[in-house]
Amino acid sequence: MANAAGVGKTLTFGEGGTAAALAALAVLSIIITANAWTPEYGFHAFLFFLGSIAGVFAIFSRYHARPAAPVAQEIDGKPNYNMGPVKFATIAAMVWGIAGFLIGVVIAAQLTWPALNFDLQWINFGRMRPLHTSAVIFAFGGNVLLATSFYVVQRTCHARLAGSIAPWFVILGYNFFIVIAGTGYLLGITQGKEYAEPEWYADLWLTVVWVVYLLVFLTTLWKRREPHIYVANWFYLAFIVTIAMLHLGNNATIPVSIYSPKSYIVWSGVQDAMVQWWYGHNAVGFFLTAGFLAIMYYFVPKRADRPVYSYRLSIVHFWALIFLYIWAGPHHLHYTALPDWAQTLGMVFSIILWMPSWGGMINGLMTLEGAWDKLRTDPVLRMMVVSVAFYGMSTFEGPLMSIKAVNSLSHYTDWTIGHVHSGALGWVGYVSFGAIYCLVPWLWNRSRLYSLKLVNWHFWISTIGIVLYISAMWVAGIMQGLMWRAYTALGFLEYSFIETTEAMHGYYAIRTLGGLLFLTGALIMAYNLWMTIRSSELAESAAARPQMVPAE
Amino acid sequence: MSAWAKHQVFEKNSLILLVGILLVVAIGGLVEIVPLFYLKSTIEKVEGVRPYTPLEMAGRNIYVREGCYNCHSQMVRPLRDEVERYGHYSLAAESMYDRPFQWGSKRTGPDLARVGGKYSDEWQRAHLVNPRSVVPGSIMPGYPFLAERELDVKHIAQDLKVQALLGVPYSDEMIAKVETDIVAQATVDDPGAAELVKRYPKAIARDFDGNPARVTEMDALIAYLQMLGTLVDFKTYDRKANVR
Repeated sequence: MANAAGVGKTLTFGEGGTAAALAALAVLSIIITANAWTPEYGFHAFLFFLGSIAGVFAIFSRYHARPAAPVAQEIDGKPNYNMGPVKFATIAAMVWGIAGFLIGVVIAAQLTWPALNFDLQWINFGRMRPLHTSAVIFAFGGNVLLATSFYVVQRTCHARLAGSIAPWFVILGYNFFIVIAGTGYLLGITQGKEYAEPEWYADLWLTVVWVVYLLVFLTTLWKRREPHIYVANWFYLAFIVTIAMLHLGNNATIPVSIYSPKSYIVWSGVQDAMVQWWYGHNAVGFFLTAGFLAIMYYFVPKRADRPVYSYRLSIVHFWALIFLYIWAGPHHLHYTALPDWAQTLGMVFSIILWMPSWGGMINGLMTLEGAWDKLRTDPVLRMMVVSVAFYGMSTFEGPLMSIKAVNSLSHYTDWTIGHVHSGALGWVGYVSFGAIYCLVPWLWNRSRLYSLKLVNWHFWISTIGIVLYISAMWVAGIMQGLMWRAYTALGFLEYSFIETTEAMHGYYAIRTLGGLLFLTGALIMAYNLWMTIRSSELAESAAARPQMVPAE
Repeated sequence: MSAWAKHQVFEKNSLILLVGILLVVAIGGLVEIVPLFYLKSTIEKVEGVRPYTPLEMAGRNIYVREGCYNCHSQMVRPLRDEVERYGHYSLAAESMYDRPFQWGSKRTGPDLARVGGKYSDEWQRAHLVNPRSVVPGSIMPGYPFLAERELDVKHIAQDLKVQALLGVPYSDEMIAKVETDIVAQATVDDPGAAELVKRYPKAIARDFDGNPARVTEMDALIAYLQMLGTLVDFKTYDRKANVR
């Protein structure tokens, strides 16, 4: 091309606009750094300053390195997929995952041996627990969702990812949010709302990132060369849009000052509780369910080399799931000061929710019809199928626990923790691992994983870990619930609170061991992936892979 | 055209799919949340409930900062064993000034909704510094650093201003007197205590952390813990007042 030497090369709107916006953010950040009311907030403002400066530099160095002509949308009639951001998010997911599992093991050990808090403010359980939940949900899970959604939307639309700077902004901006959120917890910066702990400035930043995410996703859909939008993308879209709605509703705060990390939420008391669990339960419903169902709908059929079992079932369970999930929040507030009618609505919808949840499970499992034998030979597929089975189990347990009579026993106990982890480790964890095991050879153009044997080891070690974890929590939770309400023959409460705490010790130790096994499995996985990327065995041809059949 | 084929309108138009999703996910939240802003049972006024004093609010912010809500609920359910263990079940009005609410979701430790007045300041102090010194089987972390750290009072007036903006009845006088109120509440026999109690009925003023020389974060946190659940007098509370 004539312009190859750089003559006539101009900044695109995306490059110029993003650089200008980041430069403005850098100026604002340095002003805030200088005036921050607390050193912790000053540190965060300085991170924003460094991050935005690095962003400006990255944009200009990329500009100098690139040819003048825009990147080709197609090469030889085939879409020129943009997999750079997908690769980054895949590695980030693995790194954050291991960090998040490790912190989980540490806090499980702190509950077993409290001396491990070391009386230090930065690493006490109260600050580490949000670090664990955010690291696994938002850092690990979030990067898995970003990576797979950007991969799947390109492959199923036969189109290159929209934008040039924008996808990178989404991936890097999201991971910057994770850094701000995580360091904030350790420094004591929190809103004090579960799963929505990041303060106002982190929330604002995430809002910008999320809007760009939605735009990149939608614009890629518009570029599609398939008439139909594939079912996985319905779920991704529902996840992106609903999380935006929930995030805005639950983080409606007024900062004390632009120089203060602290803010106050506009809702209070009962209303705040309802908004929080409307958010909290649907973070489960849309972040950890809809998003990961999208993964199931692409990776399970792909790996099993079978079409999705039922197109009609996917329609029914999609709309039913997203409609019903939103109502289920009040089951976190049974017998509280929330009005009874709202609790009852929450319970009824939670029970109905069982049906579309199992609709998804059936659609995932039955996709293996005619390919069940692959479970014997392919541990990656086995991992994903077991994840769908765990999904079925925890979406049965959830409705059960939402029944008020059951909830009066289970609420506030470790049964809830066990329930969450059967979903988190079994469902979200395994379907993510399965997707990453598929993605890494595809993305790095390797013919296969370094070792299927290691995948097998990963599978069995972490499965034993999950079983230890959830059964210890079932026993601990139900026992504690029963001890709290036990009466002596004379009609007095039988146990003091501390006696119920002491009874937990052994189970907390078993839980720690379970978590340690799960972490070990993830480390084996990381090694396996590392060796896969390092190996020089290239895949023969990326095009040789079967194309996705759109739902008909 | 079969009914199933009609679904293609969603599959072929991303914007129609987007709008469809938004409509479907908006309904449940609207039905469950909006009525809470006007139903009598959730906006009831109960005698005795008042906004937090500046010191209590600072203590509450420390409670939030340290993530106490991860292990302690503040919501007594109307179940026999809970009412006998913790006290009267929690009322909606008792958390009407709570931003954020701290009802919690897990009781690794006991409920704290009515912990106020149950233990002495000395016990609270010893327990926060080293929980196992008073409760050998406790698995709570120690918070000795709270007693070392002076409370940062410089900007607390601004916290009150923002809350006033959100509808918490903090008067201009309350905002102007933040620093004197804090000192008055954390000191024994401070001359400002009478005015403090006038502004904030039932406020307890004493040296919570046992260190009269300064106002520490320990003072603030214990002041908050000692008032939790004590504002409503259940001897005079009329359970039927808010029943229509």
